[in-house]
Amino acid sequence: MSRLAATFEKLAQSGRKALIPFVTAGDPKPEFTLPLMHALVDAGVDVIELGVPFSDPMADGPVIQRASERALAHKMSLSKTLALATEFRKTDQKTPLVLMGYLNPIEAMGYENFANAAQRADIDGVLTVDLPPEEGEHSAELLRERGVDTIFLLAPNSSHERIHKMATIGSGYLYYVSLKGVTGAGHLNVQDVETKLNEIKSITSLPVSIGFGVKDAETARTISSLGDGVVVGSALISKIENNLDDLESAKSEIIKLLTSMRQAMDS
Amino acid sequence: MTEKYNMPDARGHFGPYGGMFVAETLIPPIQELNEAYKKYLNDPEFIAELDADLKHYVGRPSPLYYAERWSRELGGAQIYLKREDLNHTGSHKINNTVGQALLAKRMGKTRIIAETGAGQHGVATATVAARLGLECVVYMGAVDVARQSLNVYRMKLLGATVVAVESGSKTLKDALNEALRDWVTNVDNTFYIIGTVAGPHPYPAMVRDFQAIIGRETKQQCLEMTGKLPDALVACVGGGSNAIGLFYPFIDDESVRLIGVEAAGDGVATGRHSAPLCAGRPGVLHGNRTYLMADDDGEIIETHSISAGLDYPGVGPEHAWLKDTGRAEYVNITDNEALEGFYALTRMEGIIPALESSHAMAHVLRLAPTMRKEEIIVVNLSGRGDKDMQTMARREGIEL
Repeated sequence: MSRLAATFEKLAQSGRKALIPFVTAGDPKPEFTLPLMHALVDAGVDVIELGVPFSDPMADGPVIQRASERALAHKMSLSKTLALATEFRKTDQKTPLVLMGYLNPIEAMGYENFANAAQRADIDGVLTVDLPPEEGEHSAELLRERGVDTIFLLAPNSSHERIHKMATIGSGYLYYVSLKGVTGAGHLNVQDVETKLNEIKSITSLPVSIGFGVKDAETARTISSLGDGVVVGSALISKIENNLDDLESAKSEIIKLLTSMRQAMDS
Repeated sequence: MTEKYNMPDARGHFGPYGGMFVAETLIPPIQELNEAYKKYLNDPEFIAELDADLKHYVGRPSPLYYAERWSRELGGAQIYLKREDLNHTGSHKINNTVGQALLAKRMGKTRIIAETGAGQHGVATATVAARLGLECVVYMGAVDVARQSLNVYRMKLLGATVVAVESGSKTLKDALNEALRDWVTNVDNTFYIIGTVAGPHPYPAMVRDFQAIIGRETKQQCLEMTGKLPDALVACVGGGSNAIGLFYPFIDDESVRLIGVEAAGDGVATGRHSAPLCAGRPGVLHGNRTYLMADDDGEIIETHSISAGLDYPGVGPEHAWLKDTGRAEYVNITDNEALEGFYALTRMEGIIPALESSHAMAHVLRLAPTMRKEEIIVVNLSGRGDKDMQTMARREGIEL
């Protein structure tokens, strides 16, 4: 069983939901990320989504855009992100790691090279924002052959047929984008999420994590109750952005927010 | 080529290029657009309305003008200019915005967004939005806002909101990113009018089809005026909409050379340019696979060109396909060479071209003398130079 499947199964057995932080690799500088990842695990997260910086993050709001820009200013890249993952695995063999990013760095590396590298780095899942199933079947197959899950995005306007398609090609979990908009947007509607989640759950038994617009413990609690996990990104990265000259404070504020989310979700 | 050219396939692929590489939220609106586009493209009522608008509002057909003096001076091929600069709003961009706006109206969309580089597409979009009474927001890189301030003012006069984009390189690619972010947020009521033959399917094919009137008219006019087809077509290529509009109806006419002119900026060897077909590599950006300017890690490189309209790291996927198949040739022209083209046409024929089109003119300066007197070049004069007066004056040390 894959690390992701095992994680979600264990959570389900204990009636808990996955807390999934997103951080951009190399933000604000490469040496900050590895200790941060271990600290995230200590704070009780279940899966880490590691953002691969890209020059043109079209689906992201300004907070994650700027995180990419900071990381790229330090020459962060897909191959360096994979190296970071390898380092992380040396001391943590338990926490599933999902790479999240855009397609062009993978195009540049080559699909097969990337799949091999992801396997070597012991990556558990890959989510490529601009690679929908229509274009992504080959990539998903290469990854599947190497034991790496392909995670697809679902949106509020995804049709029944598309949900079915992504549940068939995808594995690990599905990532439900809670609103029409970019990451970090502020108009998440709980009622809408609940309605769509019911539809998704009627189609697939894959775990569904919900993200975009989750800012605080209260939202995390409400949203996590509707699915199997909650993803929080921009709210964490804001802590880095607001403490660029004091990264220890950034880290402790991130941990504080995640701890409060964990408590709210488990209560 | 024995079979009739018939690209793209049903899913928008031109060989390995094109496609639909977007985040999930944009898939449903793109599919909806594709359905509407396929439906209305063959709807006689829609076509009649489009044709009437092109004739009475845009001012089509645009003339094919024989540049007699310039031809004589260069001493080679006979040069004809396709006068897209004479269209309403001053460039070919309006052919496409008129078409897409009619689609938007039929689809019941109340809000129009667009990206723009030089501002020509922004102006053409603001123009049709004003005419149809639709809300209009135009995204423009902050660098371009500064260097094309006349067009910014025009868009505002027309009632559009112009948003200066401060992210990334603050040019056309960043404006496109921001427009995509707007679209993903407002998909229900918003129609995104992309200005070039890039973006996810169906945009590259749809924009081409709206621009192909340039080539259809050219073919007919050239036959009427000279009794034969041209020997070479020349057009500048940023995203590539004016070029594909001219080339497309000639793709099956194998005797006609198709020559796209990219912007070499300071020179391709310097790395400071906007010539992905000449010096880039395939990759995926803005919804399609095509030639891009990217580094070894797949990060997009900042581009450079004197002309804001060519300052883009990608190019329409159909051009990528035409390059790989050898059907079209792609060359490049530096900023300084483009200026030679600018001055040549201005002084020889009394026509001031846009800096984008000046790249095509500069290639004609090289090409015409190598051809025989009985041969014919048609060059697309895609836009007029009014918008570039400040840039040119500043280069000459004059403050207007």
